[in-house]
Amino acid sequence: MSLKQTPSQTVGPYFAYGLTPEQYGYDFNELAGGRLVDDETEGERIHIVGRVLDGEGNAVDDAMIEIWQADAQGRYAHPADPRGSNLAFKGFGRYGTGTDPELRFMFDTIKPGSVDGQAPHITMCVMCRGMLSHAFTRIYFSDEANGDDAVLATVPEDRRATLIAEREETPAGIVYRFDVHLQGGKETVFFDL
Amino acid sequence: MTAHGPFSPRDWVSQPPYVWPDYKSTVLRGPTKPLIPLKQTLSEMTGPVYGHECVGPLDHDMTKNARVNGEPLGERIVVAGRVLDEDGKPLPNTLLEVWQANAAGRYIHKNDQHDAPLDPNFRGSGRCVTDGDGRYKFYSIKPGAYPWGNHPNGWRPNHIHFSLFGPSFVTRLVTQMYFPGDPLLDLDPIYKSSPEGRRELMVSNFDLDVTEPEFALGYIFDIVLRGRNATPTQE
Ligand SMILES: [Fe+3]
Repeated sequence: MSLKQTPSQTVGPYFAYGLTPEQYGYDFNELAGGRLVDDETEGERIHIVGRVLDGEGNAVDDAMIEIWQADAQGRYAHPADPRGSNLAFKGFGRYGTGTDPELRFMFDTIKPGSVDGQAPHITMCVMCRGMLSHAFTRIYFSDEANGDDAVLATVPEDRRATLIAEREETPAGIVYRFDVHLQGGKETVFFDL
Repeated sequence: MTAHGPFSPRDWVSQPPYVWPDYKSTVLRGPTKPLIPLKQTLSEMTGPVYGHECVGPLDHDMTKNARVNGEPLGERIVVAGRVLDEDGKPLPNTLLEVWQANAAGRYIHKNDQHDAPLDPNFRGSGRCVTDGDGRYKFYSIKPGAYPWGNHPNGWRPNHIHFSLFGPSFVTRLVTQMYFPGDPLLDLDPIYKSSPEGRRELMVSNFDLDVTEPEFALGYIFDIVLRGRNATPTQE
């Protein structure tokens, strides 16, 4: 390799009018927000909700969460997916934690299908003021057969629970709760991808 | 190795550590446990696809994209460069999202309490996309330095924030472009979180050929994302 990677720097506290402008009420259209689905999207409708917590357990109000996922049949809208893309479902969402009174991120999406025999999962990218580089993690679902998943199997058993979102049936629909612990005893497992 | 990966790992020499005490907020926010290696699957070798179709006609021109009743104040600049991977291969049709403070060092974000004027004709966010040779260009106003509470009399050097996906989700990069000769660089813990020899990759170069006569000073800023060459390093 001939060139060196450009270093990462923090997203800082003021990303909103560049990256999540509609969510925060700025006059600029956004690439993506918290809603990944429309009325036509096939699959089980779910909400993913959580907070980003610092080493003292305080919720972070200037984090940005991105998610990347397959469609209900486990296909990615990307040319690398040999099964062809389902362009109607892009599979990308982005949400800042600064607009909800409880500092939650919230995604309206569908449960992804299995990809290449892996347990269904969503890839998540976490960034905030105070993080110089983003951190990658995965959301798994509490009601799926996660026992056979090759990635989860590499995670020490006592830390696996940090990757599993709990399913909850509510009047508003199916909610999966997934808090991100940046540090501490319950520190979320972050991956070197 | 295929056209779509796997991708080379993050280079933890260039990439700053999660906990960097000189930047105080990292102390409670940077993950402390070792990252768990994950062999890239289709989930990692794919990523959000955004290109020309999501860039509006004025998105690349922050001197124009938020005008209300006149020109934004400050020194006009044009920033141009290439997006490449580590193997030197240009990355065409790659989206760049950018945001920055105005000429006075003030962000329009409602939480920015710096006592410097807002500019009614400047928002400071935009986006552009690389052409077939991996080249991009956008127009803006040179951002001002601004104070921050990290340490006594702390000031951020002039900078523009950049966000890119690249060809997959693992090539994701959020960085900052700095300006040559800025005396604040040597005092900035965010800039200095990447070691000497690498942090300079974030400093743009003034360029007279990119400079547009009678209009705007030109800066070149090339960005290097992770490559596809996943050959494990020898030994
Ligand atoms: Fe900034």
